[in-house]
Amino acid sequence: MLNPNTAIGIKDLTMAYGDFIIQRGLEFEINKGEIFIIMGDSGSGKSTLLKHMIGLMKPKTGQIVYQAGDFWAASEEERKIASQRFGVLYQSGALWSSMTLAQNIRLPLVTYTNYSESDIKDIIALKLSLVGLAGFEDFYPSEISGGMKKRAGLARAMALDPEILFFDEPGAGLDPISSKRLDDLIIELRDGLGTTIVIVTHELDSIFAIGDRGVFVDADVKTQTALGRISDLRKSPPSPKVAEFLSRSSK
Amino acid sequence: MDENVKIIGDTLHVVLPNSQHSVAFDSSLLKSEAEKVISSGQIRSIKYALAEGAQWNSLTLATIKGISGSADSKNIPSDLSALPVGVSKILALTKTTVIDDAGASETEPSNLFLVLGNMTLAAFDQAKELSSFIGLSLSSFKRFFLGKAQYQRSDLMAFIQATGPAALVIVTVVNLLLGVILAFMGAAQLKLFGAEIFVADLVALGHTREIAPMMTAIILAGRTGAAYAAQLGTMQVNEEIDALKTFGFSPMDFLVLPRMLALAIMMPLLVLYGDAVGIFGGFLIGTLMLDLGPIEYITQTQNAIGLIDIMLGVFKGSIFGILVAITGCKEGIMSGRSASAVGDAATRAVVSGIVAIILATAIFAVLASALGI
Repeated sequence: MLNPNTAIGIKDLTMAYGDFIIQRGLEFEINKGEIFIIMGDSGSGKSTLLKHMIGLMKPKTGQIVYQAGDFWAASEEERKIASQRFGVLYQSGALWSSMTLAQNIRLPLVTYTNYSESDIKDIIALKLSLVGLAGFEDFYPSEISGGMKKRAGLARAMALDPEILFFDEPGAGLDPISSKRLDDLIIELRDGLGTTIVIVTHELDSIFAIGDRGVFVDADVKTQTALGRISDLRKSPPSPKVAEFLSRSSK
Repeated sequence: MDENVKIIGDTLHVVLPNSQHSVAFDSSLLKSEAEKVISSGQIRSIKYALAEGAQWNSLTLATIKGISGSADSKNIPSDLSALPVGVSKILALTKTTVIDDAGASETEPSNLFLVLGNMTLAAFDQAKELSSFIGLSLSSFKRFFLGKAQYQRSDLMAFIQATGPAALVIVTVVNLLLGVILAFMGAAQLKLFGAEIFVADLVALGHTREIAPMMTAIILAGRTGAAYAAQLGTMQVNEEIDALKTFGFSPMDFLVLPRMLALAIMMPLLVLYGDAVGIFGGFLIGTLMLDLGPIEYITQTQNAIGLIDIMLGVFKGSIFGILVAITGCKEGIMSGRSASAVGDAATRAVVSGIVAIILATAIFAVLASALGI
């Protein structure tokens, strides 16, 4: 069982594609209400780690534990219920392209809530205005820009008021201003709603600007080589590689 | 000897000529001359320079890199100091950038056993994929009949529209022409016996039992099966399928089920329609070119086919529809995550769809004759 202040526990996790091990021996906890960064060099499996946490890939060995219990030991039905407690913002937004923005947000709401049709309409408007897309209800994903898609994806991820929000490379493909705005939005969401936030990224500006704690997964040794507060890791990096990774922007 | 390669003392002087995209110099001559000198062992160092007023570009760099590479292997130092600063900087970069090839896959020598083994394993994997997909579809259908499947009714309606009514024109054209062709082929032979009237039998039986279901299914394999594979494959690339899964929606229920239902519902109807159009094609030829009376032709057709023939054709059509749906949706949902993978998925969907249809037609022919239908 998890400590009540912990949102997610990763216990001795080994990830693999078939027999090819990506990472082994991952062990960390993510506290409620913190912004936790999963960082690593390319090919280290940080996006794969995210896929394990949101239920798209099954761990080879080890556990991923939420407050509801061991995620992968649960039945498929229980996992479905557990996944309603979190939202995911995919790298490209991953909006369902055959639906308008409003329909994208509406689908989880009509499926998992008992709200009336007019309540749902209000909630959709609220979520879209939260991400700065008020009035874009009837646009299709193909009609808006990449940054807007990402924000619309965030609005959808927040549809069910999740306790945990996962972000896969939130800054990727965004200009510096949009990226900064998304970072600000993430902090406001955490401060305002108390949402636990897990971000996979290698963008140092974001890491330093919004990260509370983080884990560094290393592609060479295939395990985590750093864990702790971002500021501490920056001051005294536990390995030369982490130092190199974190010092690029301050050079 | 090339005028750009000179030996002064124990130093080889290489002068690089003007190089622009439109004015290429003979780099292989320069390289071979320089390499001759290097391998002769009469020099201790190489000094590079750019010809007076010459421009340099990638070809210049590649030439210097080629020569200094063979010089390095003989431990002959290269002096780049006479070159422009940019050239020496870029060349230095090519030395420090070492691509780590530790992860690169080793190429195994290929032999017959290896190829055969890999093909067998691939065939096993495909069989496993197919049976797991069929299993998943069946459980999805079970949820549908229990009313538990989560899908959008509007999606189902849109797919029915795209599969059936939108395909009417092509189905009409193809079946009409096939009826005409069948009538012509039959007439050529039957005329010899003065038995033109049996063209009606041939068209009616041949078209309802064999041609209409098979050809309509092949049209839909190319039209709808490919579209399904491409749609689902693109959704895979776009992470839309991942997004469905993390919201707890089953992609089988949400995406595959309505597509399969649309084909399973529309295929029999299209076959029935194709039957009528094909018989009409035969009727046109019979009455206009073979001088058969319209009433005569219709009566002959009525006597030739029974309900069982039409039912057989329609039943075959539904099976073919399911085959097209399975191949299209399976390839799409298991597609890789790149543009070419989506193309491959669409291709495989059409090819395996058509092969499955022909195979099933053969099986049906054997079964029908064994059962005496």
